[in-house]
Amino acid sequence: MRFDSALKQFRVSPMSAQVITIAGLVICSVLITLVFIGENLAPYGPQQMVAEILLPPSSKHLMGTDEIGRDVFSRVISGTKWSVSVSFIAVSMSMLVGTSLGAFSGYFGGGLDRVVMVGMDAVYIFPSFVLAVLIAAVMGAGIGTSSLAVAIVMIPTFYRVIRSITLSIKESGFIEGERAIGASSRYIIVNHIAPFYLSSLFVLISLGAAQAILITSGLGFLGLGIPPPNPEWGTDLAAGRMFLMEGMWWLTLFPAIMIFLAVLGFNLLSEGLDAVLNPQIRKL
Amino acid sequence: MPLLQVRDLATYFFMKQGTVRAVDGIDLSLNSGHVLGVAGESGSGKSTMAYSIMRLIPPPGRVIRGEVLLEGGDILRLSDEQVRRDIRWKKISLVFQGAMNALNPLITIGSQIAEPIILHKGLGKREAIERASELLRSVGIDRRRVNNYPFELSGGMKQRVMIAMAMACDPEIIIADEPTTALDVVVAAGIMNLIKDLQTKTNLSMMLITHDLSVIAQTCHEVAIMYAGKVVESGSVLSVFEDAAHPYTTELIGAFPSIRGAKKELKAIKGNPPDLIEPPPGCRFHPRCRFAREICTSKEPEFNEVGNDHYAACHLL
Repeated sequence: MRFDSALKQFRVSPMSAQVITIAGLVICSVLITLVFIGENLAPYGPQQMVAEILLPPSSKHLMGTDEIGRDVFSRVISGTKWSVSVSFIAVSMSMLVGTSLGAFSGYFGGGLDRVVMVGMDAVYIFPSFVLAVLIAAVMGAGIGTSSLAVAIVMIPTFYRVIRSITLSIKESGFIEGERAIGASSRYIIVNHIAPFYLSSLFVLISLGAAQAILITSGLGFLGLGIPPPNPEWGTDLAAGRMFLMEGMWWLTLFPAIMIFLAVLGFNLLSEGLDAVLNPQIRKL
Repeated sequence: MPLLQVRDLATYFFMKQGTVRAVDGIDLSLNSGHVLGVAGESGSGKSTMAYSIMRLIPPPGRVIRGEVLLEGGDILRLSDEQVRRDIRWKKISLVFQGAMNALNPLITIGSQIAEPIILHKGLGKREAIERASELLRSVGIDRRRVNNYPFELSGGMKQRVMIAMAMACDPEIIIADEPTTALDVVVAAGIMNLIKDLQTKTNLSMMLITHDLSVIAQTCHEVAIMYAGKVVESGSVLSVFEDAAHPYTTELIGAFPSIRGAKKELKAIKGNPPDLIEPPPGCRFHPRCRFAREICTSKEPEFNEVGNDHYAACHLL
């Protein structure tokens, strides 16, 4: 009982878990909608010079205009497509690689496992942003390379989680039973171990998406991401920075808010999913 | 000619602390349509022997010598792929101990019973599930349970599912490795009756591993008593129980309560099972044996015929 009350302070009440999940879901679904129809919703084209330069926010230009007269609101809305899709491509790639490597090395163990583990640790010890910058700098800016850079730094997270699940499940009686039945290793991994990954994967994907958006914007900010004139939050943030000292806050504030919202949304979603999918947390 | 013959089988585990001789040269034979009981204390090598027959010994364990002859062919000489395809479940299947952990909690029991059928008989999913529900009925579970998950079943029912699974591909031999551990006595009796029923009905050959001598007396035709990685006595159930030759067998029987007859004080066997990294020289039972003599400490006893098809390994016979 004492242990139970000690845990109380970490308790997520069912109510707040629901609120968190719903808030995360709302933000994420708005973002994903913008990915597909953002450009149609925007009042102007993202690369269209529509007004005088550096106009403050007004009813005509909700978020003002930038240094060459483009509508900031349109750019921010259209930019969702770039930031979010890069992070999704990156998360899918790292999930695919991380999960299969984790399953493989966890199940078979031995020398191969050790080699892969060391390789993953080598990636893991780098601060992920520094490594992403390094990879993007070596390979050059662009949508493909920045997705790849983000993907590579996130592989170890997937790898570690999946490997540890595999390690614990493969010792179960039913895996031994499967071997006795005459099932092949591939069959056992795909049909009997993989189902145990699902709940963790959902959480990892949405947590990874948040991290990926942060890294993507960071790369854009340093000029290593999606090249201008494409509307990308990080790139626009960097471009607007020069005008901040002159009091033109709208160039930086709005892309920053979008980055903030996206990261917050995916984090909330992963927190909520964890509470919903993990019975141990749910029970508390 | 017995259906399954184990000759001089030895399985060692190569650990950092030393080599554990879990099974050290045992001979067994299982006749077609018979039930062979294998009894012994925990750690006497019963399960290791069963796993060796199925070629399921995980590293650092290894079968280091011997033969396992099934219909004249040596299983130990087959390639891993051949064992996987032709032996496991097709010829020999296993009922695991501890049914609680032997089923995947995320998959319905029907699909799990259907798995070996799909794997080995090449049936489609639908037909295999159909067959699985028939198997469930044959082990006394309502066939509508086929879409249940393991958590919806009791321990006894899970063990019945395991038995259904073992029967799925009509194997020639079923090895039941302590099928009733972790079950209470009444449920265990039900399971044993079911096993006996199925065995007589289908004329299966079975190896029943247990430390419950009464189960062996009730179910088996032959019995082998194991001690510290060796078989110390084997023969028909009647001759071994009526006329035990080896001191260990006598003590084992003496340590078992009888339901009928006067209440006797149970006699525990003194001491502990030996360390299998450095087993005692000579007869492995001598440190605990009341009749041990000079020769027992130095020379390993041979396996001699003491009666009609009744063998024991003891210097005193």
